[in-house]
Amino acid sequence: MELTSDKALWIYDRMVTIRAFEERVAKLFADGRIPGFVHLYAGEEAVAVGVCAQLNDRDFITSTHRGHGHCIAKGVPVAPMMAELFGRADGCCKGKGGSMHIADVSRGMLGANGIVGGGPPLACGSGLAAKRKGSGAVTACFFGDGAAEQGTTHEAMNLAAIWKLPVIFVAENNGFAESTPVGYHCAASNIADRAASYNIPGVSVDGYDVVSVYEAAGEAVARARRGDGPSLIEAKTWRYFGHFEGDQVTYRTAEQSAAYREHDPLTWFAKQATDRGLLTPKDLEEVTMGAERSIDEAIEFAEKSPLPAPEETLTDVYVSYR
Amino acid sequence: MVVATRTATFREAINEALRLELARDPDVILMGEDVAGGATVSGFEQDDAWGGVLGVTKGLVQEFGRDRVLDTPISESGFIGAAVGAAATGLRPVAELMFVDFFGVCMDQIFNQGAKLRYMFGGHAKVPMVIRTMIGAGFRAAGQHSGCHYSVFTHMPGLKTVVPSTPSDAKGLLAASIRDDDPVIFFEHKLLYDITGELPEGDYVVKLGTADIKREGDGATVVAIGRMVQLSLEAAEALAGEGIEVEIVDPRTLSPLDDEAILASVRKTGRLVVVDEDNPRCSMATDIAALVTTRAFDHLDAPPQLVTAPHTPVPFSPVLEDVYVPSAERIAEAVRATL
Repeated sequence: MELTSDKALWIYDRMVTIRAFEERVAKLFADGRIPGFVHLYAGEEAVAVGVCAQLNDRDFITSTHRGHGHCIAKGVPVAPMMAELFGRADGCCKGKGGSMHIADVSRGMLGANGIVGGGPPLACGSGLAAKRKGSGAVTACFFGDGAAEQGTTHEAMNLAAIWKLPVIFVAENNGFAESTPVGYHCAASNIADRAASYNIPGVSVDGYDVVSVYEAAGEAVARARRGDGPSLIEAKTWRYFGHFEGDQVTYRTAEQSAAYREHDPLTWFAKQATDRGLLTPKDLEEVTMGAERSIDEAIEFAEKSPLPAPEETLTDVYVSYR
Repeated sequence: MVVATRTATFREAINEALRLELARDPDVILMGEDVAGGATVSGFEQDDAWGGVLGVTKGLVQEFGRDRVLDTPISESGFIGAAVGAAATGLRPVAELMFVDFFGVCMDQIFNQGAKLRYMFGGHAKVPMVIRTMIGAGFRAAGQHSGCHYSVFTHMPGLKTVVPSTPSDAKGLLAASIRDDDPVIFFEHKLLYDITGELPEGDYVVKLGTADIKREGDGATVVAIGRMVQLSLEAAEALAGEGIEVEIVDPRTLSPLDDEAILASVRKTGRLVVVDEDNPRCSMATDIAALVTTRAFDHLDAPPQLVTAPHTPVPFSPVLEDVYVPSAERIAEAVRATL
């Protein structure tokens, strides 16, 4: 599917917004203003955005512990996201989920997940519901190279294949499961090669190139919507920050990181899009300014949001008990 | 109002509840290993090879088709997680975990996903699903097919746990569980499948969180769970011959637990025996004993007695398994010890 100017603008806006969000979160976390654990998505923007550019409002995604980028790509507003990270009452989970469980089911975002490999079975479920109800919805299941080694991921790909579920599995291979390199933890040369075991299409793409991701996702989503079942896309990428904030990243060299930063997916796409006349320099500037402004506003919103009332500890466990 | 009944087995009661709920709500689906059986085998397109490993779901695929009665691979994490995801996005799945002992291979999807989604998402999700699972010793099925383990699930916030003891309760509680908007684990004791009882015809729902007095008496309170209700009724007959009239309280659901029904009975009798086939540490037996001693201590005339399985896996050899499972004799002995 050829990129239009509107789509290119949307893609660039989402990628820049994710980058701005994550860079600000890193600072806020370092300043002690965000409690708990945060895992940042910067560097991987092209994967979430390239895939979600093929989805609509009724589609679903499942996510990982590194979920902020997935939220933003799926259209979750940044203000309630930021309030959630701050643990505030106006957070999208009322301050009960935090970074690791950030979710917005109303926008088809079925939750970041603190369990590596927790999401793929859930994606089969939303796929099954869509199939049973005939809604036409597709579910994109994001998982990392670490989760590629979890049994749940294999069970889910097999289940989706035998039931021909409208699911696309997206392996975000950033090279490391926490500190352990993919070359050590993965017996396959490419995670995508495993698709052969499930008799589904599998493709490895450059996860730094949002256009490649967008095109691969387009094929997979079309196949899923036709009722032909799941696909596996492996997007090879790189995370700019550590596994979690506070990680000293001793397992990667400064040269490696610098090389990846040189080929930054945002600047690469900005150049491609302007060269092809899809975006103007003015567009780029407006997107950047707009993203910064939206993050400023999100932080202000989060800071002004009240703390959850203590009695909120006891609510939302059940729809009704007794 | 007189409700029409017929005599039916516990197995038939569960099958009937599933049939009625599948007919009532198009969002209800069944899924599990061999719930129909024979998928894709010629001749079984709309027929079941098994209908569940013990025939509990027999006949449902003929009526509702393979789109709604789904045989699964032996991938408990995969399909139970799929039930969670489907429940969160609009279906009302009933998944079968063949034996509860298999929870080890899928607990993350039950505990970290199904049970916690609603809370972690600040109430912006619901997970209306049921996991039916077989429990219980006495089948000579040995260490990995015979446990009860309902205390493990009862411990977990976000889950409801239901343990029926009679055909009518099985029907009414399963209907309530399927209609409930929270995840429910429904425990079926395999030695109960062939017992018979009076089964209300048609739509029949037993509200979760309501205990039932299975026998009235003022001599001692026996709180019994699942199949232990049947053994306690036997013990009560023997004790009646000695002039001891026990009251048997069947909690029916462990979470939520009908605290008041248990406390009211103990306030009347002053004596408590808890009969629980599960292992004894951190169990329903200790939980109910704690409930009564913390909230009705002044009403107790004797220390509570707990009749449970020992702190061991379930043994295979019939002579050993018979030692493992509480008996009517042990229950009667425990009641006498409170007098």
